[in-house]
Amino acid sequence: MDKKQKMQQLRVFAAEIRLETLKVIASRGFGHVGGSMSMADAMAVLYGEIMNVDPKNPRWEDRDWFVLSKGHGGPVMYATLGLKGYYPMERAYTLNQPGTDFPSHTDRMKTIGVDLTTGSLGQGMSEAVGAALGNKTQGRNNHVFVAVGDGECDEGQIWEAAQFAAHYKLDNLICLVDDNKRQLDGAVADVMGHGKGIGAKFDAFGWNVINIEDGNDVEQIYDAIQAAYQVKGQPTCLILNTTKGKGATFAEPSGAHSSQPTQEQWDEAIAASEAALAAIRAQK
Amino acid sequence: MSYTLIGKHEKDSRANRDGYVSAMLELMEQDKSIVHIDCDLMGCINTGKLLKAFPEQTFNAGIAEQNAMGVAAGMAATGLKAFIHSFGCFASRRAFDQAFLSAGYSQLPVHVIGSDPGVTAAFNGATHMPFEDCALYMTVPNAIVIDSCDYAQTYALTKQLAKQPGLSYMRLIRKGFTTVYADGSEFEIGKGVTLRDGTDVTIVASGILVDEALKAEEQLAAKGISARVIDMHTWKPLDEELILKAACETGAIVTAENHQVSCGLGSAVANVLTEKCLVPQERIGIQNQFGQVGPQDFLMEQYHLLAADIVAAAEKAIARKH
Repeated sequence: MDKKQKMQQLRVFAAEIRLETLKVIASRGFGHVGGSMSMADAMAVLYGEIMNVDPKNPRWEDRDWFVLSKGHGGPVMYATLGLKGYYPMERAYTLNQPGTDFPSHTDRMKTIGVDLTTGSLGQGMSEAVGAALGNKTQGRNNHVFVAVGDGECDEGQIWEAAQFAAHYKLDNLICLVDDNKRQLDGAVADVMGHGKGIGAKFDAFGWNVINIEDGNDVEQIYDAIQAAYQVKGQPTCLILNTTKGKGATFAEPSGAHSSQPTQEQWDEAIAASEAALAAIRAQK
Repeated sequence: MSYTLIGKHEKDSRANRDGYVSAMLELMEQDKSIVHIDCDLMGCINTGKLLKAFPEQTFNAGIAEQNAMGVAAGMAATGLKAFIHSFGCFASRRAFDQAFLSAGYSQLPVHVIGSDPGVTAAFNGATHMPFEDCALYMTVPNAIVIDSCDYAQTYALTKQLAKQPGLSYMRLIRKGFTTVYADGSEFEIGKGVTLRDGTDVTIVASGILVDEALKAEEQLAAKGISARVIDMHTWKPLDEELILKAACETGAIVTAENHQVSCGLGSAVANVLTEKCLVPQERIGIQNQFGQVGPQDFLMEQYHLLAADIVAAAEKAIARKH
């Protein structure tokens, strides 16, 4: 398969992830739509092409790892893993129902395919760093991917982890910053700005930093990860300039952190997402 | 569980920290999945020896305890057994959410070593003097909490911790205090040790208070009072059976700890007594106070942690019997 075909497949996968993410959250009626939808393209690239994983053997020790440190993006993870065949998709529709294995925030003891438990922001980053160090010291040739939010970068723990990863030269670690410009209380720039920028901070901490102009473009994400693989002796940070709520008709305009739309709005959003998927499938 | 009591109140010629380091040197040799993570305090507990002998298994995380805890959990998720050390106050208060979620809730084998417990922090003073470290870890479901008392016990319990599948917290007295046990003594996590038998009252102690409890037993004996002494090195899971047996047979309990009584060994024992066998209890320990700077003997006097305090508490508890 040539690269063009690969990218087309990833665009389809991303559109499928968006549709399933919406349907998973709609099954409960409310949830973290914004930060789930902004991540759909990155999830498609990771699970569709990049990561070496086996859905039938989710704890295979030489697998690549993924840690959703912005754990409230659980639904996009559940949609991705369901589509990938880790479990029947309908199980994810129990999101946040009593007794579910699909809680708001990703949980390694509950959901098949979730590598580490997150939800208290900042913690997934350190866990991912530990996983990268642990895999490296055991001689494994795998990678650990960690997704953090731009709002999450307010947490001091992110920067403790960043200095550690650089100090231990964890070139098997790739951090994706979902730079969607919004956090719960509003624009990141208004709530808590990041000085010279999150990328500049990672650079100052000794990381290889790649800015991805459109973090919702699968090809740009794919190329950046291939470039990251070439860098030795340093962890890589990918800054994904994304749109919060991307593809959700009720959430994209406002960039809301969480949403509880009406049934009519859900129907409209799911219909639009289905149409978007059909349009992408029709492309050659 | 087989142990030999020395209990002569003599200063231990070895530092307790060396009990931890000796055990870890053996564990790391036998099992390459054992790792130690430190927070720029290797010089304080001699874990530099681990780094020298096993550089592939020993890591310095710098002065960043929250990240260190998360790193320990992440390493544990890859199949390693992670020990992590900082001063008790930072290993508990500072990195508690990380310990709770990244390690405890995530059910990963992370063993936290908190050094300089309570008044043993001495000249580092109030900021470094944890009286609530065990309390925090006792709130984590299924966590193991240990207050070890000397070199031999620290050595033996470190070996036991390496076999545990989840989160644990063990206090580590840095320097040598008094020798309670002979080398080669063995202990079981969750099982208290009856050091002296008695019929009038039971003293339940741990850590640096074990030796004070043994002294108190001797002073009480001189007054014609027969005291039982239990070393309750594990606070959680608590040896309820041993406490209830002591309560039934002696009818009065004194707890003695280097920690806040309201949320530590004293309160844990009180919970058992209240629910299952109500007998008079007196609690020796920190009474709703912060730490302060000073030599350890001054602090033990200041916070009423001495044998004489235990004797007075025992007499009070006995007087309260029906």
